[in-house]
Amino acid sequence: MTDSPCVWVYAVADDAAPAFTDGQIGVGGGVVHPLIAAGLTAIIGSVARSEFGEAALRQNLEDLEWLERTARAHHEVIETVAKEHPVVPMRLATVYSSDEAAAGMLRERATDLRQTLIRLAGRSEWGVKAYVAMPDDSADGPQPETDDPSTGPGAAYLRRRRDQLAAHRDARQDAVASAQAVHVDLDRLSASARLYPPQSAEIAGHCGSMVLNAAYLVADDRAEEFGAAVTGLAARHGTLQLTLTGPWPAYSFVGQDGTEDAQ
Amino acid sequence: MSEPPTATASYHPAIREERVALVDLLDRVLAGGVVIVGDVTLSIADVDLVTVSLRALVTSVSALVEGTDDSRENADGRWPG
Repeated sequence: MTDSPCVWVYAVADDAAPAFTDGQIGVGGGVVHPLIAAGLTAIIGSVARSEFGEAALRQNLEDLEWLERTARAHHEVIETVAKEHPVVPMRLATVYSSDEAAAGMLRERATDLRQTLIRLAGRSEWGVKAYVAMPDDSADGPQPETDDPSTGPGAAYLRRRRDQLAAHRDARQDAVASAQAVHVDLDRLSASARLYPPQSAEIAGHCGSMVLNAAYLVADDRAEEFGAAVTGLAARHGTLQLTLTGPWPAYSFVGQDGTEDAQ
Repeated sequence: MSEPPTATASYHPAIREERVALVDLLDRVLAGGVVIVGDVTLSIADVDLVTVSLRALVTSVSALVEGTDDSRENADGRWPG
């Protein structure tokens, strides 16, 4: 049971990358450094097997505080590199037993990785989410028509309740249609797009129901146009609240097949 | 569980979120990123990380909600005596 260190891989960049991550502290407190092989640079750091070995990882991944700390550390390193160089981010928890094993991966996957780097050059990922605030039941709709003798307060209540439910359904349908229109427009400005499942309101910590959770790969020289388009779409679709995040390293566009949803 | 929207809810057309939200980050680092199986974490590749993290998120969210309802939690999570 020796606690031999393992190698955590953050990302792969081209070989022009990056002395500047050198010395940065990353996941598990490990110092970040480059590993060069096959004309590529893996950004790696040393982590303890007792915390990041397979058995430990399985447990730790279920611990939200650990997961957050690790995900943020992973992201910070990748982001540092991505500011200057195209990078292929690794999925969280890509761990090797040694530098040699990680270098072997670089050599084995060099062709794919290089193609992905070329595809990502000059592009960044942007996140767009759309929420709709559902009409509030308690809010001031039409007043109950209690003074109408032919219906009475009970019937008025039922009618009002029915109208509210119909309004909910309509609002939801309108919102979904608007979100689709937003997506179509933004997709047009992007090299590629990826739809994530909407986050639940509790987890997202946001009021209202999420109707779009998308990532777009956008050329850096069109980033401003893309941001303006989001603002314009938000104005056009008044029922939606849109949020824009980014630029992100291209996490969502390095899938196995190399082309997530191209058109 | 969710609180009603407040009257002061922001109506900005597009909000640039400055701080990276954990959920957005987990979407990306667990469901995105290139999947190359490390030799130490061979079978982690078979684990659905998104499901695992959702479980962690949901557990902690419900713990939070319970915590606000009942700070005097006991072993089986019920109101004491």
